Amino acid sequence: MSQRAFTEALLDPERAVPEGLTGPAGAPIGNRFDIYRNNVAVGLTEALIAAYPVVHRLVGDDFFRAVAGVYFRQQPPRSRLMKDFGDTFPRFLAHFPPAKQLAYLPDVARLERARVHAFHAADTPPLNATGLEGSDPARLLASRVRLTPAATLIASPHPILAIWRANMEGGPKPLPGPCEIVVARRGFDPVMAELPPHGAAFATELKRGRTLAAAHATAPRGFDLAATLAALAAAGAIAALEEPT
Amino acid sequence: MLDTARSLPAAPGVGYKAQHFSAIMADPGPVRWLEVHAENYMGDGGRPIAQLRHLAQRFPISVHGVGLSIGGEAPLDRDHLARLKHLCDWLNPASFSEHLAWSTHDGAYFNDLLPLPYTEATLTRVCRHVAQLQEVLGRQMLLENPSSYLAFAESEMDETEFLREIAARTGCGLLLDVNNVFVSAVNLQTAPLDYIAAFPLDAVGEIHLGGHDEQQDESGAPLLIDSHGREVADPVWALYAQVLELGGARPTLIEWDNDVPDWPVLAAEATRAAALMEPAR
Repeated sequence: MSQRAFTEALLDPERAVPEGLTGPAGAPIGNRFDIYRNNVAVGLTEALIAAYPVVHRLVGDDFFRAVAGVYFRQQPPRSRLMKDFGDTFPRFLAHFPPAKQLAYLPDVARLERARVHAFHAADTPPLNATGLEGSDPARLLASRVRLTPAATLIASPHPILAIWRANMEGGPKPLPGPCEIVVARRGFDPVMAELPPHGAAFATELKRGRTLAAAHATAPRGFDLAATLAALAAAGAIAALEEPT
Repeated sequence: MLDTARSLPAAPGVGYKAQHFSAIMADPGPVRWLEVHAENYMGDGGRPIAQLRHLAQRFPISVHGVGLSIGGEAPLDRDHLARLKHLCDWLNPASFSEHLAWSTHDGAYFNDLLPLPYTEATLTRVCRHVAQLQEVLGRQMLLENPSSYLAFAESEMDETEFLREIAARTGCGLLLDVNNVFVSAVNLQTAPLDYIAAFPLDAVGEIHLGGHDEQQDESGAPLLIDSHGREVADPVWALYAQVLELGGARPTLIEWDNDVPDWPVLAAEATRAAALMEPAR
């Protein structure tokens, strides 16, 4: 029997059990194949719950398990590292009709994904906030800011950071409105910080290698450069300040 | 034969869980070595790898792979082989082991250990993969017997014969999971002691003990699930004592991966293994 036939039946409970499998001493297979189906479903569902605890809370256990079943059957893991499983889950949720009413859900999932990424990212010591102070303003503006490998920038029309804090830390009830967030790491723990308006787009320009002045030029009038840099540094998102030579 | 130059102590070890880090560093009790799942330490950095570096300074480490798919029909994944080599290179573990199973097909990974028919064709393929892995890692590996829930009509030989042949042809060692022996024997209605008697105990570099769940098949016969979510069952301890009597004390791991208990509960399992090992020394 081919492994193809085995896996097709493994992922599709409606499909007949492949020929050539038996119980003890050639006895009929009975429900024994379902043990593998169940192991795969439970293993992948639990991995997804561990990676997306807030999405799990927001939709409830029954709904989450149903969504997880649709997800892993449509998109089985492509990586053997369970930390990577679910990397496409935010986009999947955005196109999953039964979750459409919870418009904020895909962005909450993006935030949770960014936390997993930060947790496993390379160990790059972040620059302290103080590292930016006292620099000559002209030299500072000509500098490039290298972000840490842990850093992810997210802009959302929904208050996803407040939603996360309300569910995981007992934070206050989220008020509607957009938010921009940097997720990075200090020590070994993921850190999230809110950025001023346009901060995520600005920091994305820095990530592309633009100087502070060039990134600043893309921002609208009134953009708070100092507060954005302070928030990035506080989250441990800044690896180095590369001054012009 | 077993490569004993670089090996685990013939004493209890446990499967490492991050929540036990402080307890283990403070007082490991009877635990002399630790086992980690290779695939959980393949990120770029962060706490898991930092903890493993600390633990490795104090304890011999066994790296236990769960994702190579040695029994897969496709060639071994080169990227994954490279990740395993990288981990073994920087960690220099006392042992590396993997499973007689497959877990991938056509680029998809199923996160489970799937069963193989014991045929000459499978044997040739598994031997090729084991030899390739040992070549890449530059070390002997241990191959673990699976827990079985079903059988293949096409199988041509017993599992013990199959594993004995792999060890003979590739020079690999074997990891004897005593709970798997018991689970498979109950599920396929064979005698666990016959399995142990036929097993090439000389090649065993490590023993696994873990808990199982009990269900029933549709005819009401017991069906055991290798769940690693509770204490080792009494008949598995009894079987372990038989293994020790026949083969002598071996490095023995307590596996507890789901519903992980507080450290003292896990340490008590290790103490029980140590007590059984004592007369076998």
